[in-house]
Amino acid sequence: MTEALLTVENLKTYFHLRSGLLKAVDDVSFSLAPGRVLGIVGESGSGKSMTALSIIGLVDPPGRIEGGRIAYRGRNLLEMPERELEATIRGNRVGMIFQDPMTSLNPSFIIGEQIAEGLIAHKELGREAARANTVELLRLVGIPNAADRYYDYPHHFSGGMRQRVLIAAAIACEPDLLIADEPTTALDVTIQAQILKLLSDLRRRLGSAMILITHDLGVIAAMADDVIVMYAGRIVEYADVATLFRTPRHPYTVGLLNSIVRLEDSRDSALRSIPGAPPTPIDLPSGCSFRTRCPHAVERCAVEYPALRDAAPQHGVACHLVAPGEALNS
Amino acid sequence: MSVAVAVRTGAPTGRLRVTLANLGSAWRAYARDRASLAALSFLLLVAAAAVLAPHVAPYDPYEMVALRNALPGEEGLILGADGDGRDVLTRLIWGGRISLLIGIAPTLLAMIASLFVGIFAGYLGGWVDLVIMRFLDMFFAFPLVLVAIVVAGILEPGLLTIIVAIFIALLPYITRLVRTTALSVKAQPYIEAARAGGASPWAILWRYVLPNVVAPVIVYTTTLMGMMMVLGSGLSFLGLGVPPPVADWGTMVSEGRTVLKNAPHVTVFPGLLIVLVALAFGFIGDGLRDALDPRSRKR
Repeated sequence: MTEALLTVENLKTYFHLRSGLLKAVDDVSFSLAPGRVLGIVGESGSGKSMTALSIIGLVDPPGRIEGGRIAYRGRNLLEMPERELEATIRGNRVGMIFQDPMTSLNPSFIIGEQIAEGLIAHKELGREAARANTVELLRLVGIPNAADRYYDYPHHFSGGMRQRVLIAAAIACEPDLLIADEPTTALDVTIQAQILKLLSDLRRRLGSAMILITHDLGVIAAMADDVIVMYAGRIVEYADVATLFRTPRHPYTVGLLNSIVRLEDSRDSALRSIPGAPPTPIDLPSGCSFRTRCPHAVERCAVEYPALRDAAPQHGVACHLVAPGEALNS
Repeated sequence: MSVAVAVRTGAPTGRLRVTLANLGSAWRAYARDRASLAALSFLLLVAAAAVLAPHVAPYDPYEMVALRNALPGEEGLILGADGDGRDVLTRLIWGGRISLLIGIAPTLLAMIASLFVGIFAGYLGGWVDLVIMRFLDMFFAFPLVLVAIVVAGILEPGLLTIIVAIFIALLPYITRLVRTTALSVKAQPYIEAARAGGASPWAILWRYVLPNVVAPVIVYTTTLMGMMMVLGSGLSFLGLGVPPPVADWGTMVSEGRTVLKNAPHVTVFPGLLIVLVALAFGFIGDGLRDALDPRSRKR
């Protein structure tokens, strides 16, 4: 493996709320090599979005990064001054794509200027060069009549088109790392496929690495090289995508994969789901956070949080029931 | 990625074309509402008359030109004469200068100041917000009119005093609206997206928060203009404004009340004008609401 582009070590992002301490991201570590695609899966509140925001330093009070290290090309982003983050990381080396294209563009400005703004700020292009470059970007993300549509306002665009605009803005400075936080969740299914294809084509063309955050396992299967499964702020399992889908070890991952509806399912069969609901993040159960919903829970699970251990090389699982090298029978 | 420079020639291109198109669609959105259009025409007419007072007013505003309390139509005076025999129409035209100024100037100034203060408070939040808003909350403990009267009472009576008094009295109200709007804009995903794109806090305040806050504030401020004109008239009525014999509409109402029984027209005409102009400001506010909505912008 080549040298890592991004290394996250023991990241802890906590929220000090009136009602208690919310560990949104708790002791998360992973590393990402240049050009690889890392999928982060988990349900709402599992800490996947907060992990992304922590990387670009956009955790707002009452949230705070309490510990850990986020190294981008060896530099710790947590110690980087705000101004340098603005100038060199956000929108420059790291491009971010958000979930809701309908509200992620400034309604008062033409879309072209919103993209050109980044080019002017980060690449020190002149106004005219930035405009020409932006038109080229719009063409690249598949917007017809790009030169004219540069002057349109966000409300002239459909959801899918707006997501294309946001992708253009994110890749404008040819970032090393793209972070896509549920990039297709707010879109129609047909549009989702187009946007995913666009995203993966552009990423390959730029050679960027990508962190793809989603709750859609189908998207992960289609796009990711490696996968992290998060539950209640922690990583419960990580592996390369083939291993994870073929031999999932953590009961939560198994449950997630089991809940996928298959074509061969009969019409009358009930939808499979994981019983119960995710725990309130402020009031987590003792020991393993998943034990209250886990079909295999034993006494030890309530006492001690299972450490993330290698069940096989490059395959980590945080479960007491999975001994190194041993598969969980489910 | 290669750089393709598209060169276009001919009539307005690029940014200028967009600006012109925006003005066009804003005007169409405004003009769609007939009442706003009528209100604007009416107000422009009144303002033009006031500005051109020396040329359009039939008489001298301070000179006795007819019998006292001459009724409308008598002695060739369309709106009659007041208790001192001065032409009511002439005094209305001259009075418009002061009354319109009182309605517009302090409100506009208060809007500009409030935009700065309110956006800082709302966007920065924390202790900045706390200090600014608690300070302004003190003014909320008293009715707006009372604040204006106190400020006007401290200073020498005069036009500037009224402007200052209304400016101060309005600040907390407009600032509160700006702050609330800034708070809701701050929560919009496009702010987070801008930050993730590396925009500096200043860029976000100027290019993201301000443009999205300004429209509702302009609308609110416009409707306030009519009310402030009435308030200014009230201050003049109490003797805190422009001293006689200078006419503003509020003073004219005040002077007319002594002869109300015999010559109601001396009070009714300036009163009616105050009501109509205040109403017109309200309708203009409605029209601006449509005109300033970015969704009204056509391609």
